[in-house]
Amino acid sequence: MRPLGYARVSTVAEAVEIVATDPAGAFLAGGTTEIDLVRLGVARPDLLVDINDLPLHDIDDLPGGGVRIGALARMSEVARTPAIAGRYPGVAQALLLGASQQLRNMASMGGNLCQRTRCAYFRDGVSPCNKREPGTGCSALDGLNRGHAILGTSEHCVATHPSDVAVALVAFDAVVHTAGPGGVRRIPIDDFYLMPGDTPDRENPLRHGELITAIDLPPAGIAERSVYLKFRDRQSYEFALVSVCAAVRVEDGIVTEARVALGGVGTKPWRARLAEQHLLGVPATAESYAAAAAYELSAAVPRRHNAFKVELAQRAIVRGLTQAARGGMR
Amino acid sequence: MGIDLTAEAASRHQAPTVRGPSEEPVVLTINGTHHTVGLEPRVSLLDALRDRLGLTGSKKGCDQGTCGACTVWVDGRRVLACLTLAIACEGRQVTTIEGLAADGEPHPMQRAFVEHDAFQCGYCTPGQIMSAIALIEEGNAETDEDIAEFMSGNICRCAAYPGIRQAIKDVRDARERP
Repeated sequence: MRPLGYARVSTVAEAVEIVATDPAGAFLAGGTTEIDLVRLGVARPDLLVDINDLPLHDIDDLPGGGVRIGALARMSEVARTPAIAGRYPGVAQALLLGASQQLRNMASMGGNLCQRTRCAYFRDGVSPCNKREPGTGCSALDGLNRGHAILGTSEHCVATHPSDVAVALVAFDAVVHTAGPGGVRRIPIDDFYLMPGDTPDRENPLRHGELITAIDLPPAGIAERSVYLKFRDRQSYEFALVSVCAAVRVEDGIVTEARVALGGVGTKPWRARLAEQHLLGVPATAESYAAAAAYELSAAVPRRHNAFKVELAQRAIVRGLTQAARGGMR
Repeated sequence: MGIDLTAEAASRHQAPTVRGPSEEPVVLTINGTHHTVGLEPRVSLLDALRDRLGLTGSKKGCDQGTCGACTVWVDGRRVLACLTLAIACEGRQVTTIEGLAADGEPHPMQRAFVEHDAFQCGYCTPGQIMSAIALIEEGNAETDEDIAEFMSGNICRCAAYPGIRQAIKDVRDARERP
């Protein structure tokens, strides 16, 4: 591993200033992605600024019914918090289906949102990769792309975003709070993730030295009966081939509101807005769900090894909506 | 509200101290004992334990957070020592497999692993045991499904899983008896 400087900070201002003024500085929270990528030589900071002592660990109810999750709250803590498990079951389930308990004990919520793709060409440190070294090309386009994206891709990158919980947060319009050299701001989570386009190295709008401080979930509403389903090569401790967060409100057999978001298929946590629009006012049946799913996936661009995801994602949407309509996971 | 997100809070300030990148004294608390050891900040907790402190019970399997052989507790929570910087553990309580036996008596989970032959080569065993004890403390050992799911971060290439699960159930049930 490359030599590293280390600083432990106790205030947000200190954290922001020290990273903002050092072009090779980076924040260190749980370290589950950062230390891994530094050891691989893919991330190359000279200075790690340990933010674990910052007062950003709490999970609080917000006036009006939402929940504020501190950026340093650990995945395992968030998943077992009654406000999350009870009012946002899709969020809790997404957390519990990610990684292992050891990693969930380490990984912070802010770090989870910023985790990097599992694309093997990105992680190997040597293959052409526009995300790691802009302009070198994309090895996955015609390479081993079984795990790669079919939605939101470009000719420069087809990497998926690996987070499970981000999929659920996108479904329920979470808001990301940050503090940076230019002050504080709030970013709707769907805007927090950028499409690769011709700049796949830019995955989010964070500026250098800008720190996620909290994530707000709006009042639960439809999320109270949400589900998160994950389909993968083994039953536990594996990234998604396809995952779905779904919630649906049905009145007199007709869908009046729906939320659908997908993991494992998009270059960003994928809000399935086409499917959601297609569901409004239709009978709450498997046929309707399948039609909506087909509409969403009509935009898919499959590649040699991942064409199966087009069908799998549609079936996942149907199953997710069916389970959500039955009353969710509880 | 517990978290202050105002610009005013974001501007409070103290001067940070940068340490490294060369070796410097780091104070680690391992199994209740303080150790001062010269370390570069890039040294993982796992390498500090094994190569600098002679605590070789924690094992290095993958060194990338996928196998669980290096599982230890930091401030009572099971974590992966290979993805943890040693210097980041200053001021925290680290517990390793060497810290489990009290007065030379094995921990009940260690005894249960022996009784149920919950290993073959033994390389993953320290991590399995550190996870298994934490699993019960977390309340995640109530059903067979929970045990399978919440132990999935500890891989056993010899596939001693049936014995591992039986050892966990034995210790869980013994604790529940009045």
